[in-house]
Amino acid sequence: MGIRTLVGMLVAALAVIGVLATQEAYSLFLPGLLQGAVLTIEIALLGSLLAVVMGVLAALARMYGPAPLRWLATVYVEIFRGTSALVQLFWLFFVLPQFGVSLDAFLVAVLALGLNVGAYGSEVVRGAIQSVARGQWEAATALNMSRAQMLRRIILPQAFVAMIPPWGNLFIELLKSTALVSLITLSDLAFKAQQMNQNTFKTIPIFTLVLLMYLAMSLVLTIGMRLLERRASLGLARGRAA
Amino acid sequence: MIWDWAFAFEILPVLGRAAIVTIEATLLGFIIAALLGLVLAVVRIAVPWTGWTISVLVELIRSTPLLIQIFFLYFVLPKFGVVLDAFTAGVLAIGIHYAAYCSEVYRAGFDNIHRGQWEAAIALNLSSWTTFKDIIIPQAIPPIVPALGNYLVALFKETPLLSAIAVLELMQTAKIIGSETFRYTEPITLVGLFFLAMSLVSAALIRSLEGVLNRRTMR
Repeated sequence: MGIRTLVGMLVAALAVIGVLATQEAYSLFLPGLLQGAVLTIEIALLGSLLAVVMGVLAALARMYGPAPLRWLATVYVEIFRGTSALVQLFWLFFVLPQFGVSLDAFLVAVLALGLNVGAYGSEVVRGAIQSVARGQWEAATALNMSRAQMLRRIILPQAFVAMIPPWGNLFIELLKSTALVSLITLSDLAFKAQQMNQNTFKTIPIFTLVLLMYLAMSLVLTIGMRLLERRASLGLARGRAA
Repeated sequence: MIWDWAFAFEILPVLGRAAIVTIEATLLGFIIAALLGLVLAVVRIAVPWTGWTISVLVELIRSTPLLIQIFFLYFVLPKFGVVLDAFTAGVLAIGIHYAAYCSEVYRAGFDNIHRGQWEAAIALNLSSWTTFKDIIIPQAIPPIVPALGNYLVALFKETPLLSAIAVLELMQTAKIIGSETFRYTEPITLVGLFFLAMSLVSAALIRSLEGVLNRRTMR
């Protein structure tokens, strides 16, 4: 889908929210939902940050780490990709305290979502690093760079461009997964919706607003990643790697 | 004692029965996803003016959380007089959500069919129904089977969301056991292990299927 269509959809979604906000049946719920949306955004941002860090670390450990580290990273990736996000969330929330580690719900949310998406992300990072042409490694070796230098200066800047679109998809997945944190008592957008629905039974206005708000957030993310991709690949085409 | 084996064995049969519900939900959801996805992809090609509408619809479904869609179907449909029980509403929501993803997979499959095949079908005066049924689909489906398989596994891992509308599947059962006995360690860990085992097995199956399909198309 073209970036124009996406921007069009975003404008349309925001316009519909704006029009609905003038109706009393809808505007009643808006402040509470916006409050929830702020928490959703906080969790999504921190979770994404953790996911990127874990993705890069796990990929590097699996590709270049010593055997124990490689083994550890593989176990991490398999466990977090092999079980569902909700199970991980519940495990950290309900089971971990029985081992004497009590984390508050917000931390559990960021940890579970970040670790979950990071596991998928490590495959993205690995694929992108492997997609960098062999000649680049050879040239870097010829220039007598250390392995860390090669990665930092030559390989990762080029792999970065290939990583942007799949990371964009993962960030969207993460944003959507934040709805799960409502099930461990955090009052995010989904939780507020549920709560208001139970109190007022005004199901249609509440859930329409919530769907539009999630849509707007996803679209902002998609458009942002498209622009980033455009910028990053422009740099490469002109021969001055970012 | 952090892990109690006796307790774990005691709850195993209960979880086993709940696992059947999880698997039923997975299979039914995937049947809806695979069929509806195919319909969306075919309609998009066969009736060109629907293209824009369908891509906006797919984008809408993919940009909003499945959990909210489940709530939406479960709470909003009754307002229009359609009362579904939790299992049906949940499976329907999962099926529609993944139909949006599957339709993109089918589209990729159709795009990979050589243009000459379409032209030959027109030259032979085949109707668009026959063209899809006998020419395009038999060639387009085998290469995308692994991609569809990946979505089957992804869908399987989303079924715990049904616990949010109190469907008695694996996660909900584990939560109930936990709240009754105040022991969450065994039920939730066992559920996690079940998902891990199933995912690893199905990933291996998809890999070998991919190998078989590659060999067949190589010939």
